Amino acid sequence: MMKKKTMKQVKRYRFFVVMLGIALGMLLFNHDLGVKVFTLSTDSVLGMLGVLPPIFILIGLLDVWVKKETMVKYMGKDSGIIGILLGFFLGSVAAGPLYGAFPVAGVFLNKGSRLANVLIIVGAWSTMKIPQILFEWASMGLKFTLIRFVMDIFGVLIIAYSMEKLLTPKDQQEIYALAKKMN
Amino acid sequence: MTMTFIFYGVAAIGLVLSLVKSKEKTKLALKKAWKAFENILPQFLAIVLLIGVILSLLSAQQISQLIGKDSGWLGVLIAAVIGSITLIPGLLAFPLAAALLENGAGYMQIGAFISTLMMVGIVTMPMEFLYFGKKATIMRNGMGFVFSILVAIVMGALL
Repeated sequence: MMKKKTMKQVKRYRFFVVMLGIALGMLLFNHDLGVKVFTLSTDSVLGMLGVLPPIFILIGLLDVWVKKETMVKYMGKDSGIIGILLGFFLGSVAAGPLYGAFPVAGVFLNKGSRLANVLIIVGAWSTMKIPQILFEWASMGLKFTLIRFVMDIFGVLIIAYSMEKLLTPKDQQEIYALAKKMN
Repeated sequence: MTMTFIFYGVAAIGLVLSLVKSKEKTKLALKKAWKAFENILPQFLAIVLLIGVILSLLSAQQISQLIGKDSGWLGVLIAAVIGSITLIPGLLAFPLAAALLENGAGYMQIGAFISTLMMVGIVTMPMEFLYFGKKATIMRNGMGFVFSILVAIVMGALL
């Protein structure tokens, strides 16, 4: 039993061990490049510490305090336009990189959100974060930002709904089962 | 930086309100928060290293050489692929993109790069698999890629 658990842990960290091997190899054969890898990695860890801990705390609070019925009502199958607007809102007030959205998606699915609405959160999170848009405007100009923003509204909706259509009920059941496992 | 304060602030307010209402539930919430984090920790650590390896190998000059104004469709494709595999936070990506534009990159290519950078994440796919499974993950990223090419075409036509 103990051995099985250890094996499972080893398997989970397989990808990390491979990456660590590559990074250490680079350090060994090309010192400067290797140092750069570790400097860049430390920088991204520090950057992530700026946003990930509060995101996970909010996930935990949401998990404990928001009742499943409430989630189903506002984000579930029959939530209609409210679910869509909430999806856009939640994605665009988010901060941090896209992979911060996946655990959030997990808890929303687990609480009974409609798949398309969760995909809207992920889509808006990836392209329509408000602080990021403001910054895009400052560096790329209004026209560039506006073209992307308007197209993305449609893009996010099209991707969310066509995915929901294209994924079979069995696929969707598997997604909800994965979300349950990860929570 | 401001965002960090706002996020920590919101989380802190949430925690205090939760504590006032129920100590037990707050404990449970923190436990769940930690478990949710621990679930992605292995992928998280690996991806951090992968970002370091990729960024250490690709410099800004190399990128702008590949996706100049005259690089045409091939340049758009290269830009889209670079955007799909790299993971540069927006705060770094926009100044980089603006600098690339000044150094001769084309709007179409930059449009493709910025759009795939945000919508497509090859590197973070292992994390996405954990929540959405392989099929949906590949679908989402594939559609994001195609959509980004569309964004590039519109940018090329309008800018």
